[in-house]
Amino acid sequence: MVTIKGLYKKFGKQQVLSGLDLSISEGGIFAILGPNGSGKTTLIKSVLGMVIPDKGEISVLGKNIKKNSEYRHKIDYLPQIANFPSNLKVKELIKMIKDLRKPTHEDERLIELFKLTPFLDKKLGTLSGGTKQKVNLVLTFMFDSPIVILDEPTSGLDPISMLRLKDLIQAEKEKGKTILITSHIMSFVEEVSDEIVFILEGKIYFKGTISELKTKTDQPDFEHAIASILTENHA
Amino acid sequence: MLKILKYSFYDLMRSRWSYVYFAFYLLLGIVLLFLNNDLSKAVITLMNVIIILVPLIGTIFGVMYYYNNKEFTELLLAQPLKRSSIFLGQYLGVAISLSMSLILGLGLPFVFYGLFESSAIWDFSLLLITGTFLTLIFTALAFNIALSNENKIKGFGYAILLWLFLGVIYDGIFLMVLIGFEDYPLDKVSLIGTMLNPIDLSRTLILLKLDISALLGYTGAIFKQFFGTNYGLIVSFIALSLWVILPVLRMTITSKKKDF
Amino acid sequence: MKKLVVFLTVILMMDLALAQTLEVCKTCPISSIKAALAKAKDFDTIVVKKGTYREHNVVVDKPLTIIGKNYPVIDGENKGEIITIVSDNVTVDGLHIMNVGTSYTEDYAAVRVQRSKNFLIQNLVLERLFFGIYIERSSDGKILNNKIIGDAVEEYNSGNGIQLWYSKNVEIEDNIVQHVRDGIYLEFSDFCTIKNNLSSLNVRYGLHFMFSNDDVYQDNEFSNNGAGVAVMFSKRIKMYNNLFKDNWGSASYGMLLKEINDAEIIGNTFQDNTIGINIEGSNRIIYKRNNFSNNGWAIKVRGACYENSFTENNFLYNSFDMAYNSNVNDNTFDRNYWSNYTGYDLNKNGIGDIPFRPVKLFSYIVNRTPETIILLRSMFIDIIDFSEKVSPVFTPDDLLDNNPLMKKVTW
Repeated sequence: MVTIKGLYKKFGKQQVLSGLDLSISEGGIFAILGPNGSGKTTLIKSVLGMVIPDKGEISVLGKNIKKNSEYRHKIDYLPQIANFPSNLKVKELIKMIKDLRKPTHEDERLIELFKLTPFLDKKLGTLSGGTKQKVNLVLTFMFDSPIVILDEPTSGLDPISMLRLKDLIQAEKEKGKTILITSHIMSFVEEVSDEIVFILEGKIYFKGTISELKTKTDQPDFEHAIASILTENHA
Repeated sequence: MLKILKYSFYDLMRSRWSYVYFAFYLLLGIVLLFLNNDLSKAVITLMNVIIILVPLIGTIFGVMYYYNNKEFTELLLAQPLKRSSIFLGQYLGVAISLSMSLILGLGLPFVFYGLFESSAIWDFSLLLITGTFLTLIFTALAFNIALSNENKIKGFGYAILLWLFLGVIYDGIFLMVLIGFEDYPLDKVSLIGTMLNPIDLSRTLILLKLDISALLGYTGAIFKQFFGTNYGLIVSFIALSLWVILPVLRMTITSKKKDF
Repeated sequence: MKKLVVFLTVILMMDLALAQTLEVCKTCPISSIKAALAKAKDFDTIVVKKGTYREHNVVVDKPLTIIGKNYPVIDGENKGEIITIVSDNVTVDGLHIMNVGTSYTEDYAAVRVQRSKNFLIQNLVLERLFFGIYIERSSDGKILNNKIIGDAVEEYNSGNGIQLWYSKNVEIEDNIVQHVRDGIYLEFSDFCTIKNNLSSLNVRYGLHFMFSNDDVYQDNEFSNNGAGVAVMFSKRIKMYNNLFKDNWGSASYGMLLKEINDAEIIGNTFQDNTIGINIEGSNRIIYKRNNFSNNGWAIKVRGACYENSFTENNFLYNSFDMAYNSNVNDNTFDRNYWSNYTGYDLNKNGIGDIPFRPVKLFSYIVNRTPETIILLRSMFIDIIDFSEKVSPVFTPDDLLDNNPLMKKVTW
């Protein structure tokens, strides 16, 4: 699905990715974890073509993404901070994104799911953070692409919406999609993900299931397993 | 690109700032015409306004728009769209909506005043064309500054500096150079110096209309050819177009290489 | 009844004996003007009928009236002067004169008046000429309603439209003079009136005075002339209600004053000239109620000008209102309207509360380094002009209009 070979990226003097190799197979939920500044967002943005790597090769669905924008038709992306043009109405934004990508009717179901109907005629500038995140989710999931990338999907969501999001992610997985998630909420990661990709200092430190991680670190639960990786490496 | 253009234009047309800008020009036009009742004086005052204020508003607005829409731009970047079309679309959206505010804001009072029957229509059209060019140029420069500076404060600082430099400081240096080398033939130098600054260029274009009698007082042959014929007008317009094209080119190139 | 007929016949006979009318036409007994002149007696009238007469060196040496009917053409075939008047009381009227010979040694004219009085030259059309109407040591004449259209290109091989030399009391009215060297030229000619003429598109000056005193010119239009109007070395000239416009170029003026004393310049309009009035060595001149609009420089003063007064003039949208080449001033400015004035009138008496300084620092700079004109109306220039206005260093600090008007002067 997504293959990354020898990815390097430097921001100024800071080497963020240093020879990262990763291969993600089709189907399943992959959580990308790592301490702050480990290169999670850079990795995701490189896959999306928003960050241009210094060296290395990324291919999505078997095609090199360099100087190509068409492959993004196959990716749905949920950005971390949702800040939309404040003068547009929710309805108009959805219409606009559909206009930019392709027509779909999925949005009606998602609007229903997140109870956004009363906000459709409101301007985006007047919405609360949580509502914006819901709009963001609608925009992401309405296209039904084979790859879904979610950057901190849970931020600002109330518990009910959180539940709905989990269901939604599971449902997408059932359809055979490949889903990449970054999150700081370990319980959420533990609950939804099939595999963990742990990045440390610009490289893949660990890739495998949660139980494999527990075995490797010799810790009884997921959170402690993560913590032990971090303390070991900083010690 | 046209879709992006459509949406950013649509977004801006409903923003408070477009109205403020539009209202400002409308008010200026009305005050100049109906309180003053003197078309020639109005055109001269307008020229000063256009040469100084349009670049300032273009830069500030361009920089502001870029930074305010940064996250949304990132959302767009994740869509299957070309980078160049995203930035070109946004740039044109800003530049066109600013130009519209300018043209409509100033145009309406003049139309009601009876511009079409007046002999000042050419001077006035030239003013609006120049104003539009300046908007296109300075919005493009602003996008360049914003693209190259992640730091908002720095970006705003550079934008103001750029305006101050091209609007005032450049002419000061220019004057020093001309006086310092007054023993040498300077007409070529002075024309080239003008071409290198879009504000000076626009000013010269308007001088061609308003002050041609003074400009022809100078004896230099190149001056005479430049100001006495359509040559000056054509060269100025070509230079202005270059001033639009080059920053836009740089904008698309930088945007292609930039990380978001 | 019979008596009456006899009486009338006698009167008619007497009349004919005193003043006869001779007709000239191609088929008449008299078929040339020269022949008619030879036959004519004093105070006769010669009527020239329509046709083309190839004649030159026609000398009118007795008081006669020569009238053209339907503009007969007198073609000089470029052989020299065409009509020369050497007698008093001659009238020339309604002729179309063309092809005056060009010479580098003699000033051939279409019509020349020499040492004569009471001449009247009117309704002539002059074409392809060297000099047009040349008045020499003559007086008390009128030049009315003539149309002089030359084809001059260069100064050195062209002549003037109407020229007065050592002449007095001549009225020049309602003439049109175009495409000659100087439209109207006065040298050593006093007490003349020049009125209602249009002098335009001439190679050098529209009107040119040299050493001529006590003349009046008014209601004329001078436009698109190579160098405008020049008034030099003359005294007590009155210039009223003339229009000077579209004189463009580096050595071009609406009006050039050089060594002029005690003149009055009132009610004139200077419009779209590179320099409205260029003044050199001129004293005690009254400038009043003139309009200076859209000129490069409304007034350029080049030294040695004393006791001139500028009152109630309108200075409208000139690139520069005034240029001085020194920082000494002995001229007064009062109650003018300056469109560049930015002051206020708090007590609403129609007079601005702060004085106006017509000379800007920038005009001083442009005088020194002409190329800097390219910075006209730049914001930087506005700033340095402002600082000079606050504390004058380079410009005369007593050159002020203490009573700048808030509204245009109308009269």
